[in-house]
Amino acid sequence: MRSDGTISIWFFIGISLLVNGVLIFGAGLYQLSHPPAAKVVLYDLHASIWWGAILLIVGLIYCIRYHPNRA
Amino acid sequence: MMIRAMAMLIGDRLVRLAPVDLVIVVFYFVLVLAIGFYLKGRSNTGEDFFLAGREMTAWIAGLSFLSANLGALELMGWAAASYQYGILAAHWYWIGAIPAMLFLGLVMMPFYYISKTHSVPGYLKLRFGEASRALSAISFAFMTVLMSGINMYAMALVMKVVLGWDINFSIWISSITVAVYVTLGGLRSAIFNEVLQFILIWAGALLIPILGLIEAGGWKALQLKVAQNASVEYTHLWSTLGSFKDNPMGIHWTGIVFGLGFVISFAYWTTDFLVVQRVLAAKDLRAAKMAPIIGAAFKMFVPFIVILPGLLGLAVLPMKLTGEAAAVASGGHSYNEVLPLMLARYCGPGLLGLGITALIAGFMSGMAGNVSAFSTVWTYDIYKALIKKKATDAHYVLMGRWSTILGVLISIGTAYLVMQFLSIMDYVQALFSFFVAPLFGTVILGMLWKRATAAGGFWGLLAGTVSSIGMWAWVRHYPSALRYVALSSNARDMAENMYRGLWSWIICVVVTVAVSLVTTPKPESELVGLVYGATEIPTEAQVPVYHKPAFWAVVVAIVFIALNIIFW
Repeated sequence: MRSDGTISIWFFIGISLLVNGVLIFGAGLYQLSHPPAAKVVLYDLHASIWWGAILLIVGLIYCIRYHPNRA
Repeated sequence: MMIRAMAMLIGDRLVRLAPVDLVIVVFYFVLVLAIGFYLKGRSNTGEDFFLAGREMTAWIAGLSFLSANLGALELMGWAAASYQYGILAAHWYWIGAIPAMLFLGLVMMPFYYISKTHSVPGYLKLRFGEASRALSAISFAFMTVLMSGINMYAMALVMKVVLGWDINFSIWISSITVAVYVTLGGLRSAIFNEVLQFILIWAGALLIPILGLIEAGGWKALQLKVAQNASVEYTHLWSTLGSFKDNPMGIHWTGIVFGLGFVISFAYWTTDFLVVQRVLAAKDLRAAKMAPIIGAAFKMFVPFIVILPGLLGLAVLPMKLTGEAAAVASGGHSYNEVLPLMLARYCGPGLLGLGITALIAGFMSGMAGNVSAFSTVWTYDIYKALIKKKATDAHYVLMGRWSTILGVLISIGTAYLVMQFLSIMDYVQALFSFFVAPLFGTVILGMLWKRATAAGGFWGLLAGTVSSIGMWAWVRHYPSALRYVALSSNARDMAENMYRGLWSWIICVVVTVAVSLVTTPKPESELVGLVYGATEIPTEAQVPVYHKPAFWAVVVAIVFIALNIIFW
């Protein structure tokens, strides 16, 4: 999708996953230091932290791999 | 029905968003608009605007093909159906989709692609003439914007129930966003955003089944809990389909195999222009054949984020979800709320925002699919064919942009109409189904049978559609007619739809064949590129086996069969 030098859709997806990953990971860390009064089920698994980290890493890989300057 | 129930349930919101959730939702809107503005300069020709320049890779066309179908109503509706009917709902994702998608890729795509048509009605014009195209185009355009409006209202209602958002706010924000990015960037923008939305749907919804299975203690423990809370039949796909009475859906295996698996599924996945348009944008024939196969591979796993949460709801939710009437009377929760309830159960701040974004993304991908398909059919198959036959390419692109806006405005009007008269929804959804099954009969005979004539195609399509409407009206006025239409008075709504589709397809095929045999066919030279036997399909002899669509279709078919056996 970038044979003519345009930005790949996968780069946009990388941005989306990266930003969401940072926000969710950050929210997870905040919850770790400030546990909420009303906890979700399986709170102790801290899904926000590992799911946010996965999104962040995948997003980062896509941003680097499909960065317009690498075309 | 789902929407009517929710309209009555509006009261307390199910979840409250934290600031970080709102940031995630707002970021999503900013990103889809940014993509629309970025692609604005790349939709100047008709080929660019309506067919995305025919330069999509198989992956992008395949994911977009699936995403246009993966609306949030689909997600929430089938999660609710799995809570209500159990794993039987997975039939709509497996036998009700996979064989048809593989058939589209391997058998039908070459004809759509080689004929260089821009739409399904456009193919009918090439194969059967103007009358068949006009009938198909007008019905499709009309129904598409009406369905878009219904989905828009449904989305606004979900946002009201789940988040407490004002209905007008949701309708206008989502509509304006879709109108802006599709008007600016055409089909390319719609496809780009659909791929993004597809990824976000998975990123937002995948945690529910993962955490749900951990809480339930794995699949075996889930089966035991479902058996305790509902019935052991809820986790079996085929073993309860021997009789209409033995399963919660009131359906027989013949209805699933022939009605859903053959007619309804093949009709939707191979002739509904909303999904087929995405594949027509593929960059070459191999990509066009691979796209539906890639879509099928992902479609097989959608039950993991749709059906499994419904079953998990049966196992782990502390409250018993009920039908709409009981939920309204008791102030409890209905089946339709199972997905948001599961989301709220496991997702804290951040994850909740992503889950809500997934729902919004689902709604918007469906809406964008509707308006971009409407714009193409209106411009090429109605405006250009019937109103202004000779104009410049730039004129038709401008008409495409205006018809996108017009499509969104009609959708908004429909949404407000539905808000006032909820019963309209049942009629429009039924009307939409009237055209799909007969259209498949017409297209498949046109592609596979050289002897099919223009008159045969038109009268077959008309007879199938009229007979479908007739059967629907017959059962509405005389409920006892259900035993004839659906072969059993125990059949439920879904079973009736399956059999009505099957009969209308058979009537379409019989009439098409009969009329064709007494009318003059086109000479074979005019069928090149349109019909099997008169078209030379490019061979792939030089390509390694793992690059061949047929190889991957076999892989998908094996996994499909294995899934059906595992969950038998």
